[in-house]
Amino acid sequence: MPESSVFAPQYASIPHRDHTAELGMWVFIATEVLLFGGLILAYVVYRHAFPQDFAAGSRHTEIVIGTANTAVLLTSSFLVAWAVEIFSPATAKIVTRLLVGAACLGLAFIVLKGIEYGKEYDEHLVPGIDFQFPGPKANGVQLFFIFYFIATAIHALHMLIGICLLITLAVICQRAPSTRHRTALHSAALYWHFVDVVWIFLFALIYLPGRSTS
Amino acid sequence: MTEWRPPIALVGAWLGLLALLALTVALAYVPLGAGNGVVALTIGTIKAGLVAAIFMELRHRGGLTLVFAGAGLFWLGILLWLGSMDFLTRT
Amino acid sequence: MSAKNYLTADFTLRSWFLTTDHKRIAILYFASLIFFFFIGGAAATAIRIELATPQADLVSSDVYNRLFTMHGIIMVWFFLIPSIPNTLGNFIVPLMIGARDLAFPRLNLMSWYIFMLGGCVTLFAILAGGVDTGWTFYTPFSTLYSNSYVIVAAAGVFIAGFSSILTGLNFIVTIHRLRAPGLTWYRLPLFLWSLYATSVILVLATPVLAITLLLMATERFFGVGIFDPRIGGDPLLFQHLFWFYSHPAVYIMILPGMGVINELVSCFSRKQVFGYKFVAWCSLAIAAVGFLVWGHHMFVSGQSLIASLVFSFMSFIVAVPSAIKVFNWTATLHKGSIHFDAPMLYALAFIGLFTIGGLTGLFLACLAFDVHATDTYFVVAHFHYIMVGGMVTAYFGGLHYWWPKITGRLYSEYWARTAAILIFFGFNLTFFPQFILGAEGMPRRYHVYPPEFQVWNVLSSGGAAILAVAYLMPLFYLGYSAFFGKRAPANPWNAPGLEWQTSSPPPEFNFAPQPVVTREPYQYNERFEAEPQNA
Repeated sequence: MPESSVFAPQYASIPHRDHTAELGMWVFIATEVLLFGGLILAYVVYRHAFPQDFAAGSRHTEIVIGTANTAVLLTSSFLVAWAVEIFSPATAKIVTRLLVGAACLGLAFIVLKGIEYGKEYDEHLVPGIDFQFPGPKANGVQLFFIFYFIATAIHALHMLIGICLLITLAVICQRAPSTRHRTALHSAALYWHFVDVVWIFLFALIYLPGRSTS
Repeated sequence: MTEWRPPIALVGAWLGLLALLALTVALAYVPLGAGNGVVALTIGTIKAGLVAAIFMELRHRGGLTLVFAGAGLFWLGILLWLGSMDFLTRT
Repeated sequence: MSAKNYLTADFTLRSWFLTTDHKRIAILYFASLIFFFFIGGAAATAIRIELATPQADLVSSDVYNRLFTMHGIIMVWFFLIPSIPNTLGNFIVPLMIGARDLAFPRLNLMSWYIFMLGGCVTLFAILAGGVDTGWTFYTPFSTLYSNSYVIVAAAGVFIAGFSSILTGLNFIVTIHRLRAPGLTWYRLPLFLWSLYATSVILVLATPVLAITLLLMATERFFGVGIFDPRIGGDPLLFQHLFWFYSHPAVYIMILPGMGVINELVSCFSRKQVFGYKFVAWCSLAIAAVGFLVWGHHMFVSGQSLIASLVFSFMSFIVAVPSAIKVFNWTATLHKGSIHFDAPMLYALAFIGLFTIGGLTGLFLACLAFDVHATDTYFVVAHFHYIMVGGMVTAYFGGLHYWWPKITGRLYSEYWARTAAILIFFGFNLTFFPQFILGAEGMPRRYHVYPPEFQVWNVLSSGGAAILAVAYLMPLFYLGYSAFFGKRAPANPWNAPGLEWQTSSPPPEFNFAPQPVVTREPYQYNERFEAEPQNA
């Protein structure tokens, strides 16, 4: 098959391959939704059982870091979407810079997250390692922080995978971008935006409750 | 040489997302009782919708992709609905 | 031999372990699954030997707990769930739709490696000392009290889950995007509809299992009380999350079997499947409604009465599409020109056994009866009728049906029929007495029991011995035929499916010219012209 060097033999054309890859990515995102879905159910059930405690736990999170991180992530998503939009051999240099920029913002997110974890450790808010919370709300607050740590840790793991993907693609795009790389970039971008969407909801569930009361 | 400029829709979505972020944080400090949770999740949903429609290009996609994108959410709904039913109806 | 086929294309080890050919990956899965089947089977053998007498004479209670846990974990996650999808499905799906491969061949190979990694981790847990929680990992036993290798075993299952997800993803996208020209949805063989439905479950349910096991392992490792009532957690949340996956997983363990039965019943009655569209949509209905019934595993757990009522009602509903399928297979047989070849014997066995398993499922969906039957042998018998009587029988049926295509050889019809009949009788002798034991109140998961239960247990163990022999037989006659059997023509059953229009075994990329489909499936009434045979 002479065409096999351009696209694999099971495809009929390049657009056929690209659309197939995009569909595959959407199926993958659906599985990811359900992965976080299990955590969300735990959150819903326990927040229903301990509404005051969850509000108290929420007030102990760092809203400044959380908000800054949301802005960082939204901006990095914007850079990736921009890179996808203008991708062509002529713009390889700018695409590379955009991807590196997005990856750096991703790293900034991880660093801020690390600082936040450190602060929570200092405040004895890490269940299983060092958790002390005075008063009758201790149980509910502990459940809140268990959710907080598991959800943000899984999210951060997704971020790290995404950062690796973006850097790899940045390196490839610097050299010789082809339609295959456009497809790869498109898939990686979908993944990156999805991680962004997960954070939008985590932000609303973790940082915002209980701010208007005390 | 305009081929590297981002389309206006992307810039608009980005600025809109940042504005919504500021709005949701500000509203979180306004006492609305149970309304605070509703507001936070509504704004979150709008933000997610913006990302999906514009960054993830769903607004340009046909039925099949939309079904695939919606399937995960639909099943998430089943999980949350039937999963919390037990806890909400215990006596 | 005119041209090279996928088996003779290359003989190096590298060409097998780095292959992206869906047919070779199917063979890799097949070999791995045989291995796991016999490990799970060995545990079952030990269980049935122990249960032959009321006293504990072979193993202690602790070892017995580990035996049935190992049997469950291996059979569910390392045999039944991947069985038909990953072997027959992997091999047949691209052939049936006239494609050269699955949509993502490298992902397919990766899924096998992930599966093997998960399998090795689980085997390590077993060799290191085993797990005693039962395959369900219920908290708080798994998190607080068990002294066995819970986290390692859960890690093995967690890893294997990703292999399921990748396979499901691959099938969904392949069936959507790689169908041959003219192959519309209503021209798809029903095997593909049921694999599609299976894939939907694999993709949407498995991630919830992953997060559930992760939460359980976190609780066990860090000693935090996610599901621990002492700090406000709720053990029932674990059960809800677990069964959100594991009940749909039951349908992963039967839908592909139903798909195979469509092909067999239609081929050996030489008739179109009765009510094609109903059967097709029933597969999807089972997959969808199957997500709404999980709470029937928790009727006596203390969940709210309203939840129990809703789940009970939905469990009755999900029986409807399954019943429609059984009726349609029977209607297909009606006035058909029935051939009792070995695959057909398996198909007929399936219909009977699945019906018994399905009807007893209705008993269990009924709240009042379930309170009596929960955790008794009635439940054990019920799900073995579905999973072993149903799925394993269908797996053997499909394996015989497509064996000439896979290996290019014909097996001994005499031995194949003998094994099929032995499996049917051995199976019923093993599991029917368990219904009676359960109805009389014998609880599951105990290795000692009152002496009055011995008769039925001895019958069951005797049946298990027959079943064990019958399951070993194909290993020999199929193994023999793979090397010394008569060469198979391209279309030994004179069937119209696309997979029979290429040579046996198929060439590396399945079809030389792209096939074009111009008619409905299962056109057995037209005299079907076979391709020139390449023997």
